[in-house]
Amino acid sequence: MAKIRIPTPLRAYTDGASDIEVAGGTVGEALNNLVEQHPDLRAHLFNDDELRSFVNIFIDDEDIRFLGGLDTEINNDDSLRIIPSIAGGRFK
Amino acid sequence: MESLHERFAELSNDEVKRYSRHVIMPEVGMDGQRRLKASSVLLIGTGGLGSPLALYLAAAGIGRIGLVDYDVVDFTNLQRQVIHGVSTVGRSKLDSASDRMLDLNPDIEVVKYNEPLTSENALRIFGEDWDIVIDGTDNFPTRYLVNDACVKLGLPNVYGSIFRFEGQLSVFYGDAGPCYRCMFPEPPPPGLVPSCAEGGVLGILPGTIGTMQATEAIKLILRIGDPMIGRMMLYDALEMSFQTIKIRKDPNCPVCSIAKEDVALIDYEQFCGMPAHDHSEFSSVEDTDYIDIKTVTVHDVRAVLENGDDVVVIDVRDPHEWDISAIDGTLRIPKPDIQLAKNGIQAGRKLWEETVLNEIPKDKTLYLHCRSGKRSADSIAYLSEVGYELDKMYNVEGGILAWADQIDPKMPKY
Repeated sequence: MAKIRIPTPLRAYTDGASDIEVAGGTVGEALNNLVEQHPDLRAHLFNDDELRSFVNIFIDDEDIRFLGGLDTEINNDDSLRIIPSIAGGRFK
Repeated sequence: MESLHERFAELSNDEVKRYSRHVIMPEVGMDGQRRLKASSVLLIGTGGLGSPLALYLAAAGIGRIGLVDYDVVDFTNLQRQVIHGVSTVGRSKLDSASDRMLDLNPDIEVVKYNEPLTSENALRIFGEDWDIVIDGTDNFPTRYLVNDACVKLGLPNVYGSIFRFEGQLSVFYGDAGPCYRCMFPEPPPPGLVPSCAEGGVLGILPGTIGTMQATEAIKLILRIGDPMIGRMMLYDALEMSFQTIKIRKDPNCPVCSIAKEDVALIDYEQFCGMPAHDHSEFSSVEDTDYIDIKTVTVHDVRAVLENGDDVVVIDVRDPHEWDISAIDGTLRIPKPDIQLAKNGIQAGRKLWEETVLNEIPKDKTLYLHCRSGKRSADSIAYLSEVGYELDKMYNVEGGILAWADQIDPKMPKY
């Protein structure tokens, strides 16, 4: 199964898990499997069925927007990453 | 880097000696050091990222370093903002940083801009003959502003960002590659970003990322190596892993794909739905803005706890904060649990969601507190959406910080 790397800001919604194994033959299927495992993530990744525009998904070092988007085929040994938008660490 | 000025400055004998470890490297040499001295670098922020940036760029002999900040040094900054010190708490960060930089290297010039960066002043400040801008800010509105102003003026923007144990590094340069908006076309809505109070950062992390930003700036000035244009480095301190990903120029980027004169600075607080800085008058549209929440003081809290009144006082901070300080006799349920429970119930789920809310009685008066009052107000808004009466809920003004100030001076503040 492919793996998805969860960035720190989203680990609050995966019970702290940082790497999650997902089933599916495409990026879209893998993400759907991810949010089935962790339903609280859904609102952070999807707006209805569309990937939110600020969510960046990479396979290894490539942005899926420049591959096939959610239809990009993935292999069992692929590593997917969600790249978060982070602004700083001010603690107020 | 065609836009970087081809400038050299003369070095005194003392300077040749000071920079001898540089000039003996063929990649730098006398010409490189003269380039560094002739260069101008503008730092946005003199906080966590800005501290190592300012120190190392001063030490490296960047001839002219600009600092933009409006803040004063606070005691809690010292966990990561190593350019400041106990002796400068309460002073302006600009003066504190500038004194330290000039102590390290009196041969440089420090230019101070004691103002928050805004759409009104950004082009004036950025236009004062800088070769490179380095983004060391801590919020989304200013990051988009720095990006857009750099694209408009054709300046490279050395980007670094941190969160808890993770960091990002890149060089955004519209003239030669993608800009920040190619990667992040729009910010996440405020409700989907962990709030500052839920954030936090490992104090060393800005040191790691800030020194890497300084490295990229030096490389750009010296025209050596492979700059991080079109790439982003992702750093995870817990794994001690570095991964580089490719970033491409978006042919439809609303900023770097259009003519520079058409790039307009906008209201970035409106764009991001959040304030850029403490002095901002912007108020974000959040859950609590739609409803009128009643408040009580920490003295009211003490009274109901001492009198044994039929009031439930709920502490909605995160568990690790309860270890720092807590008020005896409170029910402890973190805000994220309340938010998730609300979301779950609204989505038709029950199990865990109802377990969380079953702890909070619907028929009693509730006083909610957090650290300073924001998360407890949000929690009241969430509860009001899932069957709790707004009339029975009160937000404790000033949170546990007010308790420490007014009730228990021995309590640690954070």
